[in-house]
Amino acid sequence: MAVKKISKVQPEKFEFNKKNKETADSVIKNYPSGKQQSAVMALLYLAQKQNDNWIPLSAMKYIAKYLDMPYIKVYEVATFYSMYNLTPVGKYFFQICTTTPCMLRGAYNLVDVCKRKISEEENRLSEDGKTSWLEVECLGACVNAPMLQLNDDYYEDLDPIKLEQIINKISNDEVPQPGSYRGRLSSEPENTRKTLIGNKNA
Amino acid sequence: MLEDKDRIFQNLYNDFGADLTSAKQRGDWKDTKEICGKGREWIINEIKASELRGRGGAGFPTGLKWSFAPKEVGSRPHYLVINADESEPGTCKDRDILRFEPHKLIEGCLIASYAVNAHKCYIYIRGEYFNEGQKLQIAIDEAYKDGLLGKNSAGTDWELDIYIHYGAGAYICGEETALLESIEGKKGQPRLKPPFPALIGLYGCPTIINNVETISVVPTILRRGGKWFSSLGRPKNTGSKIYCISGNVNNPCNVEEEMGIPLKELIEKHAGGVIGGWDNLKAVIPGGSSMPLLPKETCETIKMDFDACVENKTGLGTAGIVVINKDQDIIKCMARIARFYKHESCGQCTPCREGSGWMWRMLERMAKGEATRDEVDMLLDVTKQIEGHTICAFGEGSSWPVQGLIRNFKDEIIERNKFDPIVKKQKDIPYLVDQHLLEKENA
Repeated sequence: MAVKKISKVQPEKFEFNKKNKETADSVIKNYPSGKQQSAVMALLYLAQKQNDNWIPLSAMKYIAKYLDMPYIKVYEVATFYSMYNLTPVGKYFFQICTTTPCMLRGAYNLVDVCKRKISEEENRLSEDGKTSWLEVECLGACVNAPMLQLNDDYYEDLDPIKLEQIINKISNDEVPQPGSYRGRLSSEPENTRKTLIGNKNA
Repeated sequence: MLEDKDRIFQNLYNDFGADLTSAKQRGDWKDTKEICGKGREWIINEIKASELRGRGGAGFPTGLKWSFAPKEVGSRPHYLVINADESEPGTCKDRDILRFEPHKLIEGCLIASYAVNAHKCYIYIRGEYFNEGQKLQIAIDEAYKDGLLGKNSAGTDWELDIYIHYGAGAYICGEETALLESIEGKKGQPRLKPPFPALIGLYGCPTIINNVETISVVPTILRRGGKWFSSLGRPKNTGSKIYCISGNVNNPCNVEEEMGIPLKELIEKHAGGVIGGWDNLKAVIPGGSSMPLLPKETCETIKMDFDACVENKTGLGTAGIVVINKDQDIIKCMARIARFYKHESCGQCTPCREGSGWMWRMLERMAKGEATRDEVDMLLDVTKQIEGHTICAFGEGSSWPVQGLIRNFKDEIIERNKFDPIVKKQKDIPYLVDQHLLEKENA
């Protein structure tokens, strides 16, 4: 479960790099003038990307100034939404879905693998400091259960052995192929497709 | 069964590719200009005639919703907001539309924006669907390049800009007013209704909010006529719908089918049957986790549409069907759903914030057999105190699955939790148990 704890170790200063500044400015333009506050979620996400997958307090202060809004409002948003990490997480961040549809197909076996291969507890870095894992709520790929999200990518139709292979690859700094691990390309039924047959392999 | 030619989402399994060229080959963007040329009244009346009901869970008639938007644009601009914050456990239909049929959605956005006088459209995608959002962005860029969006969208003389707004992992932002708060850059906590968003919505302006699937079927309905759409299914439950079948089935899948298809056919035919055979079926959640589950006897006969589900004391919701077989512990499954709601409660209304935690902890104890006999009734009482006492429908969503469990599997819970507490003998001590439970009229 996501825990909203502020990290004790905080960098002093945060500033967007040039590329993120450009992205931030273009995101702000998506909203009507005077409503730049709407961009706060996108900017927090940018800050998280830039700062090794977590958001320090200095970034929130920086964003508050950037969007001309009170710091507490940024803090509120950062602590409300579960995708913002307020403490350091691994460079490779495994989020395992364990909500009922995934649980029915063995998501807790994946959790066991993570406990064994990454770290005993959620949110704790592995020994090599590169990976960490977290149990999360429904990721919206229930037909491809059990599944997990590794950084931005979905890994679907997993089982414990395949997850172990993924973790082994990660520890060698190789990023494995995202998608289904039973060769599915979408959410179609395996082998027994009854609809849209004329379109198949079109 | 629906014939293949009547399926709206021909590319549901990505046989053709999602790019603009292949989308056009499938008939998207074919005569958008002519459709819009027939005028707002015609579009809204045609959607009303099709009896299309919102696909996001509540099933509100779409044509009626659009007609709530003010006819003339006053001092405040109108907005169209698309709800792609698909987070209901068991549901993954919008994801396939975003990645494989983005042009159906974009064309629908144009027609809907025209019908409700909106020049700006925001698509709110859940943060986890980062890759899907990128694919949609590519499709939007293609559309701009081809003149289908922008100043003179698809030759309709209508200016439309579409922007993607990413969420950040909050289930509650699927509630329409929470979604608006989130776009405004605040915590996603629902607003009190009324005023309804159709009059006072995003930035205080008139806003129409629709689900991805609802908007994506609009162009096809207008092309083939509202009559065609309403000829599928039965009155008030018309058209086709993407069903997501997950859980203990042999071949979990998404499939587009006619409204009112028997649940058994969906499971047996499309999803390859229940693991261990039909007799191994324990229960089915028919419409995403917030709908009460159905016992096996009902699953034999029930037809999957809005009204038939309501008659069976559940709801079609998002049509995310979760199949649970007898190898699973049904109480544990529901405890996990209760944990989901505990995690996702926004914390604004006390009954929901506290009650969702109560329900989760009680169910966890019941799954282990550590609860007392009386607690089953107490749990039901807790659900009744959440339901209807919150600002948004999350209260119902979190308490209905628990009520469904107690309604159908009460014997099983009591069987496991036989423990008779000492408290029973001391029930007249006022502070030991909740006093209001002792007073019969409140219980």
